[in-house]
Amino acid sequence: MDRPLWRAAAPAAVILLSASSAALAHGFAGERFFPATLLTDDPFVADEMSLPTITRNPTGADGSQETDIETDLSKRITSDLGFTIGDQWEYLQPKGAAAATGFGTLNTGLQYQLFVNAPHEAIGLLNLGVSWGHSGRVQALGADDFTTISPGFDFGKGFGDLPNSLAYLRPFALTGNLSVDFPTKTESAGTPNPNNFNYGFAFEYSLPYLQCCVKDIGLRRPFSQLIPLVEVAFSTPLDRDQGLSTTGTIQPGIIWSGQYFQIGVEAILPANRPSGKGIGGLVQLHFYLDDAFPSTFGKAISEW
Amino acid sequence: MRTAFAAAVLALAALPASAHAFLDHASPAVGSAIPTAPPALTLWFTQDLELAFSGVTVANAAGQRVDLGNVRIPPGQPAELQVGLKPLPPGTYTVSWHVLSVDTHPTQGTFTFQVGGG
Repeated sequence: MDRPLWRAAAPAAVILLSASSAALAHGFAGERFFPATLLTDDPFVADEMSLPTITRNPTGADGSQETDIETDLSKRITSDLGFTIGDQWEYLQPKGAAAATGFGTLNTGLQYQLFVNAPHEAIGLLNLGVSWGHSGRVQALGADDFTTISPGFDFGKGFGDLPNSLAYLRPFALTGNLSVDFPTKTESAGTPNPNNFNYGFAFEYSLPYLQCCVKDIGLRRPFSQLIPLVEVAFSTPLDRDQGLSTTGTIQPGIIWSGQYFQIGVEAILPANRPSGKGIGGLVQLHFYLDDAFPSTFGKAISEW
Repeated sequence: MRTAFAAAVLALAALPASAHAFLDHASPAVGSAIPTAPPALTLWFTQDLELAFSGVTVANAAGQRVDLGNVRIPPGQPAELQVGLKPLPPGTYTVSWHVLSVDTHPTQGTFTFQVGGG
């Protein structure tokens, strides 16, 4: 290779190599962009950060009121391997008792991108979550005094492969989580710690997808960047339940997805009486670190 | 946490003008029906593009290319991609594009438009 050609080829090779590794740095499967959902886990490794997520929970079944300020970081180690870490500051107002504040349980996760199928807009991820015992205020806030290990599978499927006769359904997408909690203590202060089966789903209708790939209905930014969605998440005790029942929430909301960050807002509706009463809400500011810092912190650690 | 939040906001305030390039709009428009085809297809993206790693094809219902293959970024319009079209008889046409933004993020998409009665 002569020198001028080498000079021309080198930058192109750098761009090409960077492009191939950046392909999974965001929630993409083919034409489908999956936003970061607020309640359920995302089915992709990413370089993203939620800062903050502010949650006003519905009134608890015991009459308590809780407000949380949370932050989460997702970081790629390689193009297919990543980790997550998150914690929250809590304000808890028990019914008839003094309020307490402090940090809740620290959560971490190790993730592996199992598959990405571009033509069918399908994506799957293995997740090993760990909630660390004694990492938060146990007595005052009810943070865990035991560590819980939660292996799980997260998935996403866009409906862009539907036939032309169903074109307006193509912007729909479904993401979901399936996991099981294995607590390392069977009970805490006389209360059982059951193994739980956790399942959650997010149903999305992507206006960006409608605009880019189905029909330009005249929406322009910022309205063309809206993604209405409904999320649900439940937890069912598998053993040691002693009268414990399934709990969960239903959360309709909307995400606005920009170039460097997204903003999400959802209402929180308890799915049943043991899940609480009344209506709560949450708002989240979520940054795309791969877009914000493409040549530094937004790259996989293996590429630093 | 307030310090971390302030630091993050300050860092993000100084962002470069690049990210994933999404299709903003197109001419002919996505999913549109037009009486006659223009001489060129134009795509407008949300970010500046790398021409060497970007492309667009237009095919008829039989899968035959009907674009001229002369993909270009118009001078002074780094977020636009344009390709010439052959004279198009009535029918449905499929546009397939893939682009690389200047900070190396790839995106892709397809859409259709109709000419004449379809």
